Amino acid sequence: MFFEQLVNGLTLGSIYALFALGYTMVYGILLMINFAHSEIFMVGAYIGFLVLFSILAFPPQFLPIYFLLCFILSMLGAGLLAVIVERIAYKPLRKASRLTPLISAIGVSIFLQNLIMLTVGAQSKTYPDKLPITQFHFFDVQISSLQIFIFGLSILLMIILNIFVSRTKLGKAMRAVAENHTVSQLMGINVNTIISLVFLIGGGLGGIAGVLNGLYYGSIKYNMGFLLGIKAFTAAVLGGIGNIKGAMVGGFILGIAEALAAGYISSESKDIIAFVILILVLLFRPAGIFGEEVTEKI
Amino acid sequence: MKNEIKNYELKIKNGGRREGRKLKIWITWIISLLLLIILPLIGYNCGNYYAIHVAGLVGIYCILCVGLNITVGYTGLLDLGFMSFCAIGAYTAVLLSIKGIPFWITLPISLFLGGFIRYLLGVPVLRLRGDYLAIVTLAFGEIVRLIANNFDWLTNGPKGLPRVGEKIAEIRLFSLVFNDDLQFYYLIFFFLAGTILISYRLEHSRIGRALVAIREDELAAGLSGINVSQIKSIAFVLSGMFGALAGAIYVHWIGFISPEMFTFRESVLLVSMIVIGGMGNIGGAILGVILLVGIPEILRPVLGTKFVDYRMLIFGMIMIVVIIFRPEGILRSKRRAGELKIKNYEL
Repeated sequence: MFFEQLVNGLTLGSIYALFALGYTMVYGILLMINFAHSEIFMVGAYIGFLVLFSILAFPPQFLPIYFLLCFILSMLGAGLLAVIVERIAYKPLRKASRLTPLISAIGVSIFLQNLIMLTVGAQSKTYPDKLPITQFHFFDVQISSLQIFIFGLSILLMIILNIFVSRTKLGKAMRAVAENHTVSQLMGINVNTIISLVFLIGGGLGGIAGVLNGLYYGSIKYNMGFLLGIKAFTAAVLGGIGNIKGAMVGGFILGIAEALAAGYISSESKDIIAFVILILVLLFRPAGIFGEEVTEKI
Repeated sequence: MKNEIKNYELKIKNGGRREGRKLKIWITWIISLLLLIILPLIGYNCGNYYAIHVAGLVGIYCILCVGLNITVGYTGLLDLGFMSFCAIGAYTAVLLSIKGIPFWITLPISLFLGGFIRYLLGVPVLRLRGDYLAIVTLAFGEIVRLIANNFDWLTNGPKGLPRVGEKIAEIRLFSLVFNDDLQFYYLIFFFLAGTILISYRLEHSRIGRALVAIREDELAAGLSGINVSQIKSIAFVLSGMFGALAGAIYVHWIGFISPEMFTFRESVLLVSMIVIGGMGNIGGAILGVILLVGIPEILRPVLGTKFVDYRMLIFGMIMIVVIIFRPEGILRSKRRAGELKIKNYEL
């Protein structure tokens, strides 16, 4: 029981972690909560759904290519959408008070959710389960190949992201912009490009998380982003918002906590756990696990 | 000497003009008040029941928005879970009312409970910075909804209250029994007038000015001798009580509640009404309600139910456009308009 829930938790946690990275990266660079990120995630899931849905025949030898195509398209689509949202709704407000972009983000979120509801439909869609799933047994713990795939893919993406941020020049520029916009501009960094890049990467990871979520649960809905978005945000806060490693660790911790609550308490308590963790973290350690306490400058 | 007399004359003249303007404002107020009282009566006698229902609904939303405006508009705390206090008020009222307790006793209890829970929430939460506060209130709103959804023994879960065979006690005022839309319209109107009066007096009181000071700069407000946490707490609790008030009236009027009525979507809708109408301005909040609730509901029979689906899509767009091009909302509050705009260049 415990190990089985642990496996479930790790799978869930890797989806949360990928999703949370978008929140944390945007917060790190713009100090705003990107409320529309949950809708980027949802749109990513829908793009993946449309790609898989429109491929009629699935000869097994082409399966990896199809899935690669699905992931790349949903990543690009979600990332580009995030960039467009930033350009339209957040960029004009960069100098405004801190709550203002939050409200326009809520506007974007309402808009995208209803757009999908009206164009694709309000009913939940069954995700095409074309991926052959085999069950493995380690002692008496059952692990499906899908769980291994989700876990492996997200770990791979996180490693790539980490290398990108810490080793490349663009990653360095990202860290510089997060430190201080004006100074990094003086050093010759194009701040707007870097912010767009952050939205592209964060949105792309969110889109992949959406596809993985669809594959794992088997169905998607236009309002799926809301609940998962709060959970991913909880994961980001838990790890220390603005901190990339924190979001990864926070995602896994939250996933495991939820899976254990679902296994040992009741399946309804699963959703409440995330909210309770969120409130407790914000009250007692708002900086999260890896975050540093920031004293407010006057 | 001559100069002084001239000044004095000028003063009288100006004062006279101001008096005249005041009179005009009073006349407009009284006429609009009379219209609000008489028009539904005419509508009712002409058989236009739907319009009265919509008017009642607008009134309920106005109470909610004027209440929420105290937190969001005056104090600048973004509350994304306000519907949870409406839910607390409504559930308290209905649970007591099922036992046969009259409205005039359940109402103060709902108000007290709403305010008290809001106070308990506020003690830890009000220390948080703006955007964190928004998230915690959101989470609290969801927790309340999940509790209402899962605690079957108390709230009957998603099936809602009252259960089959139970009845909500009617509202009685002396020998008058409130049971149709027109009577409820007047009841809501009465409470809305009270809400607006309290909110208006608050805005122009010492506390109201302190709230604005806190919104502008918490640190400076604290240094000027304002007890920041206490004042914030007062505003927070007061607005929660208005939420509970709206919930308690609503449930007596409609006669049914379920957790689905208090979703995050509704809370966001309230915030968007205030933002679009004009933050920190009672008239703005009411205008927001009319634009986002009144007009779509009136248009519903004309444009068909399909329109209701598109409503949210349009709201989302309007929210973005308003916040980018007119961040103060359509009716901007005088205070906000008069504020100094200093661009914050950081180096």
